[in-house]
Amino acid sequence: MSLKTFSRGGVHPPEHKLSSGLTIEELPPPDVVVIPVSQHLGAPAKVLVKRGDQVLIGQLIAQSDGFVSTNIHSSVSGKVLKVDQFMDSSGYRKLAVQIEVEGDRWMEDIDRTDDLVKNTVLQTADIRKKILEAGIVGLGGATFPSHVKLMVPKGKTAEYLIINGVECEPYLTADHALMMERTDEVFAGILVLMKGLGVDKAIVGIENNKPDAIAKMKQVVQGSNVLVQGLKVKYPQGGEKQLVQALLKREVPSGGLPIDVGVVVFNVGTAFAAYEAVNKNRPLIDRVVTVTGKSVEKPSNFLVRIGTPVSYLVEKAGGVPGNTAKVINGGPMMGKAISTLDIPVVKGSSGILLIGENEARRKETQTCIRCTKCVTVCPMGMEPYLLMTLSEKSLFERMESEKVMDCIECGSCSYTCPSSRPLLDYIRLGKSEVGKIIRARKAV
Amino acid sequence: MNKFIVSPSPHAYTGESVPKLMYGVIIALLPALAVSVWFFGIGMIVVSSVSIASCILFEYLIQRYVMKVQPTHLDGSALLTGLLLAFCLPANIPFWMVMIGALAAVGIGKMTFGGLGNNIFNPALVGRVFLFISFPVAMTAWPEVGQWMQYTDAVTGATPLGLMKEGLAFKTVGEIMPEVPSFFHLLTGKMMGSAGEVSALALLLGMLYMMYRKIISWHIPVSILGTVLIFTGILWLANPDRFADPLFHLLTGGLMLGAIFMATDYVTSPMTGKGMIIYGVGIGVVTVLIRIFGAFPEGVQFAILIFNGFTPLINKFVKPTRFGKEVSRG
Repeated sequence: MSLKTFSRGGVHPPEHKLSSGLTIEELPPPDVVVIPVSQHLGAPAKVLVKRGDQVLIGQLIAQSDGFVSTNIHSSVSGKVLKVDQFMDSSGYRKLAVQIEVEGDRWMEDIDRTDDLVKNTVLQTADIRKKILEAGIVGLGGATFPSHVKLMVPKGKTAEYLIINGVECEPYLTADHALMMERTDEVFAGILVLMKGLGVDKAIVGIENNKPDAIAKMKQVVQGSNVLVQGLKVKYPQGGEKQLVQALLKREVPSGGLPIDVGVVVFNVGTAFAAYEAVNKNRPLIDRVVTVTGKSVEKPSNFLVRIGTPVSYLVEKAGGVPGNTAKVINGGPMMGKAISTLDIPVVKGSSGILLIGENEARRKETQTCIRCTKCVTVCPMGMEPYLLMTLSEKSLFERMESEKVMDCIECGSCSYTCPSSRPLLDYIRLGKSEVGKIIRARKAV
Repeated sequence: MNKFIVSPSPHAYTGESVPKLMYGVIIALLPALAVSVWFFGIGMIVVSSVSIASCILFEYLIQRYVMKVQPTHLDGSALLTGLLLAFCLPANIPFWMVMIGALAAVGIGKMTFGGLGNNIFNPALVGRVFLFISFPVAMTAWPEVGQWMQYTDAVTGATPLGLMKEGLAFKTVGEIMPEVPSFFHLLTGKMMGSAGEVSALALLLGMLYMMYRKIISWHIPVSILGTVLIFTGILWLANPDRFADPLFHLLTGGLMLGAIFMATDYVTSPMTGKGMIIYGVGIGVVTVLIRIFGAFPEGVQFAILIFNGFTPLINKFVKPTRFGKEVSRG
């Protein structure tokens, strides 16, 4: 039987999972952490502490400010040095809380034992509240506040919870490591999310390049309503629309969300965080981050506190290799290049990838030879070559009618182009212009 | 403090390039080239060398001195055009005609529209049709197979399609078939015809290589060959005395070369799978119509050029299947 996958487009970049199979190594906190108050999609959280305050591990330091927003907690104990603007992975300076680490003092209501708590005492509404309180966001990288996803809009029904264990980005292994080492906790987290969502069916999608994780997850879900499904290795299967289609053959409508076809998707990391929040009363203060690259001395999966400087992680992985020319926050397909290592790990940081000089630069752009590769690989069934031309000519209305807003920015088009054309750059430009047009229309 | 290169994602690439794709097609043409040199000897060596050299030279001269841009004559596309042009010429054609054909191919076919990526019509076919109209006698005198050392002095004869067209005026298909080469020779290419079109087997080998390398997809060759098979099959079943069998049509003339290497030219063929199938079916139908009801024995080159012309229209109106039906959200 051929393995399930999504039907349209896709590419298969070399996997380079250098840190695959390595155990998660917990790093001690650094001397100073910088915790941004905007680590999620939506409104930045409102700062509750000021310079000189003493804080505990797990203490709320910035509060959710709006429906689409979430809480931020201190990941260390110590003294607040500054509440100021610090550079984050976007390259911009944004409001953050800088804390000097002193001791190891925790909030007392956090269950810090290693005991597995299978039982979820909270009821649906309280689970949602807890997820918000604990500051849980989508840990796959999109960082959408999870409590919002658990609240199904009026008129829609959730039928399935889908857990994304695909990890289709090359190099990254954080989710893989989590599924291998914290299998019981991930499963308990899935049950928490099912209860929070009010569904009785869940499917875990895992790509077939992680057979050990598939086997382990299959074992732990036995006898439950959770199904573990192996998937053919194909990028961008971790895109939620692609994953829903691969698992259920349901297509999320254009401009819609998975809930429009009765599905809510969470990452395995998010399921783990939900377990810790709801069953252990532990807010989101750390996460697994892969540090990797072909020249990295010791590729690793680290469990690190939020706010830890990236430079500290890289140091622990053997330091910056001499040939490093580019550093990616995330994977090579959708990650963001960062200009300096002096930025903090945030909730959405899944990996740090160091790329050598030979792979860091783009090739010179050549003329389009209409080879159709970009059309063939586009998972959304669009025509990137055409969208790029329209964008170059500023024909943004035409781009809107060509459905540019459906683009998930997976980068398959630019990846595959033999003429090295910056297709996605121009499509992004078009999306931002079309977005302005749409907002202006709504404002009238 | 280190400063690193910052650019938008993605940060990984396939490593594929235009020259790699072009040389991939050229590699796919090598079996057919070898067969052609084996059958037509020195003639094919002269014609293909002159054609390739002229295409590269004209591309360089036009880009350098007329268009005043950085020449791209070595990116493999001019070489490919030259090789394809040689493939659809008789191996005994005088070298100066080949040069004129190369000038028409590169000049009219490619550079007039702005160079690689912008042309509407397949440059090699533009060159071929230009020569066909200009020098109809030289373009329809096909050297007999196996004259290694003869070039313009080779003994000539008619192609299987020519024999069929002429013969049907006063004979039945059954009476003509003994005159054409056997099925085995049609397959391997021991017949008269344009230098590179004769060996269906070598061309099919090239197709498999290109599909394996993902240089082309199945859509265009399969839809053209399938259409010809079905269309001529229906006619043959209706009246086997008047219409040759589908296998004869598949293995003769420039159909294989056209379907596999000419119609699949990136620049001049549609951008979507659905568009490619429309284009391929159209080429198949027009090819059969010209072969059976038209003035010429062979029609595949005209069929391809006609549908090259339709390609912009197909691209405008045939869209890929989008992911997800549209919904309105408040």
